[in-house]
Formats: sequence, C-alpha cells, structure tokens
Amino acid sequence: MLIPCPHCGTRPVEEFTFLGDAAPTRPTTNDPSSMEAWYEYVYLRNNPRGPIEEYAHHSGGCRSWLVVSRNTETHEVFGAVTARDFSKAKEAKA
Amino acid sequence: MTSYRLDKGGLIDRSTALRFTFDGALHVGHQGDTLASALLANGVTLMGRSFKYHRPRSVITAGAAEPNALVELREGGRKEANTRATMVELYDGLVSKSQNNWPSLDFDVGAITSLASSVFVAGFYYKTFMWPKSFWEKIYEPIIRRAAGLGTASKLPDPDKYEKSYAHCDVLVIGSGPTGLMAALAAARSGKRVILADEGSALGGSLLNEQEEIGGQSGLDFARGVIAELSSMPNVTLLPRTTIIGWFDGNIFGAVERVSDHLRVPDPYEPRQRYWKIHARRAVLAAGAEERPVAFGGNDMPGVMTATAMRTYANRYAAAAGRSVVVFGGNDSIYRTARVLKSHGIHVEAIVDSRKESKADAAGIPVLRGALVADAVGGKAVKSVHLADGTHINCEAVAMSGGWSPIVNLACHRGKKPVWDANLLAFLPPDNGPAFTVAGSAAGKMLLSECLADGAAKGAVDGKAIEIPKSRDEAFAISPLWWVKESHDKAFIDYQNDSTAKDLPLAAREGYSDVELAKRYTTTGMATDQGKLGNINAIAILAEATGRTMDEVGTTTFRPFYTPVSFGAFTGPFTGHHFQPVRKTPLHDWAEEQGAVFVETGLWMRSSWFPREGEDWLASASREVLATRGAVGICDVSTLGKIDVQGKDAGQFLDKLYCNTFSTLAVGKARYGLMLREDGIVYDDGTTSRLAEDHYVMTTTTANAAKVMAQMEFAHQALFPDLDVTYVSVTEQWAQMAVAGPKARPTLQKLMDGLVMTDESVPYMAALEVSIMGGIPARLFRLSFSGEHAYELAVPADYGSMVARAVMQAGDEFGITPYGVEALSIMRIEKGHVAGGELNGTTTAGDLGMGKMVSTKKDFIGRMMAQREGLIDPNRQQVVGIRPVDPADRIRSGAHILKQDDTPSMANDQGYITGVAWSPMLDMWVGLALLANGRARHGEIVQAWDGLRGHRLMAEICDPMHFDKENKRLHA
Ligand SMILES: [Zn+2]
Repeated sequence: MLIPCPHCGTRPVEEFTFLGDAAPTRPTTNDPSSMEAWYEYVYLRNNPRGPIEEYAHHSGGCRSWLVVSRNTETHEVFGAVTARDFSKAKEAKA
Repeated sequence: MTSYRLDKGGLIDRSTALRFTFDGALHVGHQGDTLASALLANGVTLMGRSFKYHRPRSVITAGAAEPNALVELREGGRKEANTRATMVELYDGLVSKSQNNWPSLDFDVGAITSLASSVFVAGFYYKTFMWPKSFWEKIYEPIIRRAAGLGTASKLPDPDKYEKSYAHCDVLVIGSGPTGLMAALAAARSGKRVILADEGSALGGSLLNEQEEIGGQSGLDFARGVIAELSSMPNVTLLPRTTIIGWFDGNIFGAVERVSDHLRVPDPYEPRQRYWKIHARRAVLAAGAEERPVAFGGNDMPGVMTATAMRTYANRYAAAAGRSVVVFGGNDSIYRTARVLKSHGIHVEAIVDSRKESKADAAGIPVLRGALVADAVGGKAVKSVHLADGTHINCEAVAMSGGWSPIVNLACHRGKKPVWDANLLAFLPPDNGPAFTVAGSAAGKMLLSECLADGAAKGAVDGKAIEIPKSRDEAFAISPLWWVKESHDKAFIDYQNDSTAKDLPLAAREGYSDVELAKRYTTTGMATDQGKLGNINAIAILAEATGRTMDEVGTTTFRPFYTPVSFGAFTGPFTGHHFQPVRKTPLHDWAEEQGAVFVETGLWMRSSWFPREGEDWLASASREVLATRGAVGICDVSTLGKIDVQGKDAGQFLDKLYCNTFSTLAVGKARYGLMLREDGIVYDDGTTSRLAEDHYVMTTTTANAAKVMAQMEFAHQALFPDLDVTYVSVTEQWAQMAVAGPKARPTLQKLMDGLVMTDESVPYMAALEVSIMGGIPARLFRLSFSGEHAYELAVPADYGSMVARAVMQAGDEFGITPYGVEALSIMRIEKGHVAGGELNGTTTAGDLGMGKMVSTKKDFIGRMMAQREGLIDPNRQQVVGIRPVDPADRIRSGAHILKQDDTPSMANDQGYITGVAWSPMLDMWVGLALLANGRARHGEIVQAWDGLRGHRLMAEICDPMHFDKENKRLHA
C-alpha cells in the first residue's frame, strides 16, 4: 500500500502508524450534559466495510498526522490530507 | 530402478566436474545439474524416507512442487533443512544429507511403522494419542518428533547476509515459459518498465525442459532469442532464481531472489537471498500448470514420477529414470512422453492409457488401451507393474500423468476461489480484474500456440499487438483419472504427509467431508508443499465419496507463501543490533569508568548499580542509597524524555496536555505534571520547566518518551490546530544528571560561573539557565526524586561525561558516590513516589493520590472522562505504603492483599503490591501497593499473599511515604 503524504509524496505504508477512524470530533464543551457526546467521541467507532477516513501518523517520515481515505474492503487508497486541514475543513462545515 | 546419465544431450556442461556428497558418499555432476538430476545421473534413487511410514522415496517431480526429495543442505551455520533437491543447483563442494531416517537411509527402523500402519490412518493424531493425557508430553510427542522429523535446524548463527529491496514496475510478468516470454516482450516493446521473474535457475520455463518448435526453430533457441532481446532493453529487469511468493494489497508482490544459493559460499558483499517487495501497476501470472500424479499402489516408489518430470530429466539434464519405462495416464501427453523417452534411447515397455481411444501418435510403442496400473512392485526400486486386469510388466520406472492443475495460487492469495472446468478437468483462476491477469496454461490454455498468443495479448499495453510465431502443438485430450481402486499397496495423495487415497472416504465417513476439515483430519495438503501435486485428486476423491461435484467440494484456501521462505529472507539485515540498536546516554563513558553494571531499558543501556569488590546488586544499591542520603550521590537521568516547547501558545498547549496548569507557572520554575489519556486514565508524568515566557522544557518518563511526542503531535495537529506552538524532542541533545544529598549544593557550587547557590537564588523547584566551568551552557533544576536536597544538571550532550567527572571531583571531599537506577528505585519507594508500577494504564490521578492536582478550571485531555462514576469511586484501588509486620519478613512485588482473616483466594482480593525495596534507611523491606479504598486504611493489618511463590505474611498498610514524612531533607 502506498500513501500519498502531502509533504513527502507517495510513501510505503510501513512508514505510517494508524490510529483509526477520523470521523469522531472532540466535543468543545466540558459541560456535564455533554458526557454522552464525550463517551461517543472516546469509545464509539464505526467499522465500515468500504470507504473510511483514518488518522495516520507519518511517524517514519515528516511526523505529520494525516487523514487517509481508503477502502477497508479493497484496501484501495484514495488520498490523504493533513489532519490540520481535515480539522479546519470539519470546523468550517460545522 | 537404475537411473543413469544419458550419453548425449541435455543443458549440462559435460566439460565440468562438480564434486558433491550425499550422505557422505562422493559423486560427480555437471554445471547445469540440480542435486536431484545429479543424484539420478549417479544412480542414486533413494533420496529420503517418508514422514509417517518411513517408506523409501525418490523424486516425484523436477521442480518446485517436489514433496519427497527433501534434503539437508550444507553444514555448520549454513545448514538448511528441507531443501528440495529438484530446486538445488549443483555446485562444486555441495554437501547434502537425507532426512527422516534412523539409523540410516538404507535401513530404517521407522519403516516398521508401516507394518503397524492401521493405527496411522486418517485422524490418527486424534485417535491414537488421546489418552492418557500425561502420555502426550512424556511419550507420544518425543517419539513422534523423533520419528517424524523433517530435518534438523542448525543452532549456529547464519554467517550469510540477507537483503531487502523494493521495486516498482508497470508490468510484472511471473514465469518465463512461452507465455511469460511473450507477455514480457509485448509489454517491454511498448517501452513500459517490465520485471520478468522466474523461480528457475535460468529463464525459459518449460522451454528448457521440452522439445518444442516455435518460429521455425527449437523452443530453446526461441527462448534464448527473446531473452537476449529483453536483456538488451533498459526498461526490463530480469529476475531469474526469483520466486514470487505472495500477492498482497495494493498489487504488491513479495519475491525471494536466491542470489547465492547456487554458490558454495556467497561472493563477498553479496547476500545469500534478497527479499523483494514489488509494486506492480499491473501483473501477468504465467506460472504454468502442475502435472498431477495418479493414485495407484506404490505410486511413491523410487522410479515412479510424473511424466513431465521424466521428460525434463531426460531433455534438460540428460538423466534417465530407468532403462525400461511404463508410461501411464489418462490424457494424450503420455504419448508425447513415450516418444521423448524413445528419442533418448530409453526403452518404453508400454503406454498404459486408461482411455479406450486416443488420436495421439504412439510412434510404434505398444499401447494398452482402457488399462490401469494398479500397483508398482519392488521396494526401494520399481521392478515391475501390475495392471488392474492382472497383466504384469517388468520395468524400472513408471511415468504417470493424471492431468494438469493450473498454478493459480497467487491469483487466489487475496481470497477469490478458483473455478472448476469440467472439460479441462482443472480449477481455473478467478477473475481479479485488469491489475492481475492470468495467462497461458495457468489460465487453462493447454496448447503451446494458445499460450504464445495469450501471453502476447495479456502482456500487450494499450492493445499494441506483437507478432505471434508459429508453433507445433501436441495433442490434448483428457479423461478423469484420479485413483485406481484395484490397488493393493498404499496409493498416496499427499506424499510428504503420507496421506493416502483411502484416508479421504474414511474422513468423509467419519463426518469430516468438508474440504477444510478433511484436509486437517487427514493432513492432506498440510505439508511444506501445501498439496501442490495431490490436492485436486483429493477433492475428486472426496467429491465421489460424498456424491458432490468438484465445485461443491471446492478447494482449500490458497495462502501465501507459494513455496517455503527462509526466515533469513524476511529478517533481511535486521538482526542483532541492526534489529535492536543500543542507545547509550551521553554519560555512558563516565558510568563505565565508574564500574557501572548496565541494564537494558527499552533500547537504552542505563547504569543500574556501581558495585565495589565483593558486592552484589543489593549491597551495592544499599551503599549507594546510604552514601547519597548521607552526603551526596550522582545519577545519570539522561534517558528521561525531553521535549522543547516554544511559541506564543506554549503554555496553553501544555494546559491541554496536562491535567494541571502550566500557563501560570512562573519563568524560572519547574512543576510536576500529570498527563491523562482522553479516557481519564493517567498516561505519563514528569516535570516541566518554564525557561522563558514562550519557552518550556518538558520531561517524560523514559518508557513513554516517543509515545508522548506522538500524542503531542496528534493533539496539536488534529485537535488544537490553532495553537501557535512548536516542539521537538531534545532527549538526545542533553545530558542530564541528578546530584542529590545534603552535600549536593556545595558540590555543584564549585562548578558555577558566578551563581551563588542559596535557597533564594535556587529555591526548591527552580529551573535556571546557568553557565558552568567557565562557559559551558547548562540548565540547573532543583528537583528531587530521591527526597533529598537535590538538583538536576543538564548540559549539551557532548559535555556530559566531562561535566560528570567534574562533579565527581567537586564532590570528592564529601565522598560523592555514583548511584544507579536500583538505588533510585529504592529511594523513590522510601519516599512513596509513583513510577511505572503504579502508572500502569489502569490508575487515575485520584488513585495515585493526586486528585487535587486535577484542574476544574480548564479543558484538557481526559478531563471529562476522568469524572466518570467508576473513576471516582472511593472503593477504587489507591496507592498506599505497605511494610511487613515482622521487620525480618520480606514482602514481594505482585503479592495480593487480603483482609487479615480472609482465606487466600482471588475472590477475597483487595489489591496487590506494585513495588518493593529493601530500605537501608529503615532496615526492612518496604513497598507500595494498590489497595481498595486504601487511603482510609492506613494502619490496617492485612495479609500479603503470594500464591505464585507460595508465600503469605502479615503486613501493615501505611502512608506511601515511608521515610522523612515531613520532607525535611528536601529543604535542608
Ligand atoms: Zn510525510
């Protein structure tokens, strides 16, 4: 598997460390009523068969956290953006 | 069977004489021989004993699927078990040994198991050795292992090198027979980057083994022409001796190149083998087809082999399997075999064709139609065959052909199953889309002309066709021929595992009719050859026994690797220190001078204790503690993770990372910090100092240094991308030493450039940038892990040992003593400081007695989840001190804590001891423990129960701080 790192170019998967689903967003409040949202953020992950966006750390390269989109069924990699850009885009949408 | 070298022919260089030994006997072969062909040429046909019955065995094939002729190759550290003699290229000085025999290949005691073979039927492992259980370990297993050994491994280190390489190409062609050559040529002529890989010692595949005609020349000359053209093209990489072993995600192929296996010793700077990872935009599988044996009695006897093998030995290696041959099969290729053997002057007694008719040309050789070979008769060599109708034919060898199985393995490595073709009597590869196509006989193309055309078509880029040469086709017609039931002797399906045709209906009768269950019950297909020869026969026999079709039975799962791979190839250069490099601290040299005993902590070598003559570790560590608490000690703490954090928002960022607050920390001060995971459990701890408004230096535990760095990167980039902060690991850049004890200050004072050290200028928890020894930049922290008046001094790494020596000199008048992590650990337990045993991934800040540190005024990682009911339950296990009631007793780490009167059982478990130390200050063993509601139980007498070591004693729960509760020494 090859991952297109926005900084380093196309690199082999062995250089990366995967963290998992990038869909959950960290709640922005510490209000006790937000406990359920925190619980979901910390513990609940979908395990889709098909496309997924996942955090990957280019730990053996530029050390950027990326969000890699790939297909869990075919392992096809569609692309990668930095986690920073991913978060900003998510924020802009919300 | 009397095998021998033919007078002429073959792709061997008769001008060479390669001397080799087999079981100590000296033989001579030629360049171009395999070990198998050279043995046959020397009349050696007994090459091994079978696994279970210890039957005499010779070669069945001439290639990669060989199940029988497994030998031990080479000696000493280069010894390799289970090598296939058919794949071993002969070299001068080759040393080989047979396997699986005792006391000798010729006279084998294990063959007696053949007489008692009724216990060795299908499922025998399950049935015979079930009872009593204790017999397994003591009797059955040692006997089975001795009787059923498949060679022995060398216990010496492998002196050779192995490499790993990556390659990228547009088209990977696997196999270099007629199909693969055409595919590679078509792709290469379009200018694409092509890799052509073949497991054989030379490129050419079946064209090296057969008599063919292509484009008006011999198949061999055709192959040589194509290979010459390919090797002249800069866009083509040719990889002979390279087996593609697996197909993986992303169209990546694993390959093993046997760079030096054909040499006595690898050339200098050359590896023995090279592991390739090939990223192919597109690949063409042209692996050919494997000829199947026929299950008849004694089909494993030396002299019986596949027809293809017998032709190959004659054509390529000029080795004849015997002086007179019976050719037996159910398809047209047996006629070709007979003609080829005749052309080499080998007498063919008869063609035994199971079918009533065939249009193939017998070239005047007698043909018995509708006949079946029931048994090969002989022992260590074939003497004759019995036909099912009672006919008896004397012969020295039998060539058999049950048909062809396309080599679809790689095409099935990613989960798709092959599909049965009832006309070809073959499982054909599944459709994997355009990125990985299958061509030629691997795809069921059984005629040479079809193979050439199919290869050219599948290799072509953008439909650019190349000219396809004319060729002469052999006849192809086939009828099923799986098992001759009229046999008397054993008819083998899986030669290597000794499973027979009769085992399969038996497995089905006993309920194991599913192909995967039958495989495991009978062990068919479970040997190192993974059923390459006999699996299809097994499926056919299972299908008949259970009234199902071939498709309904289906194949077992094809898994990587196609053929066995040596561990060395996977390991590559990553052995010893290349696998696990040694990290030495900047103070390593100094510690070594001081006589340190080092301990591995992850990759780090840490100084553990500094023994004087006659001291064991405990005596040494105790002395180091007494000396430190008595005057002054020095300890290397460079392994702690150090992360430099800078930027306008550095304080805010640290507030997010730690449960306590750092943005309020004064410049020039340090603070202890506790880091949580997002689920509220404690992650790491350490002190962080503020050197300037926008400049902090964090420390982490040694073990978590890298993980904390990655977590910071995640927190910053993914969670809080707006924070203006940068950070970098500086663990390697700074040497850091703790100087502790009542004489620490006067010792360090001597190094300072100008700074006068007082409680005012360097107060407790000070963090200062200073200059020492006439201009060396340093950082001075007044921190204490030991509980003493103590400092940590950090200097640029290259100054480390020099500064440590200067500290030793400065402290000489006070009797300064180097101390290691053992003494450090004693002192931290005396002082009740938590470390790895308590920061164990299950404890909260509250459990550690640090609940008050947790801020309620800010957001930080772990804040919300740390408030969960279960994490603030007062009955959680909390850190306490523990000490034996009788000071002469020794408490031990891992012991469980029970109430005073409870019976020892895990049901009564209250907690456990996380760490103990012999306290030279208190003259007894003291420890820390995690105990349910422990803080409320100081003073309680409990049992410390160590069920593992069979040990139980009474202990008292106390404050974790065993020594100097008022922290008087800290501020002394
Ligand atoms: Zn990168």
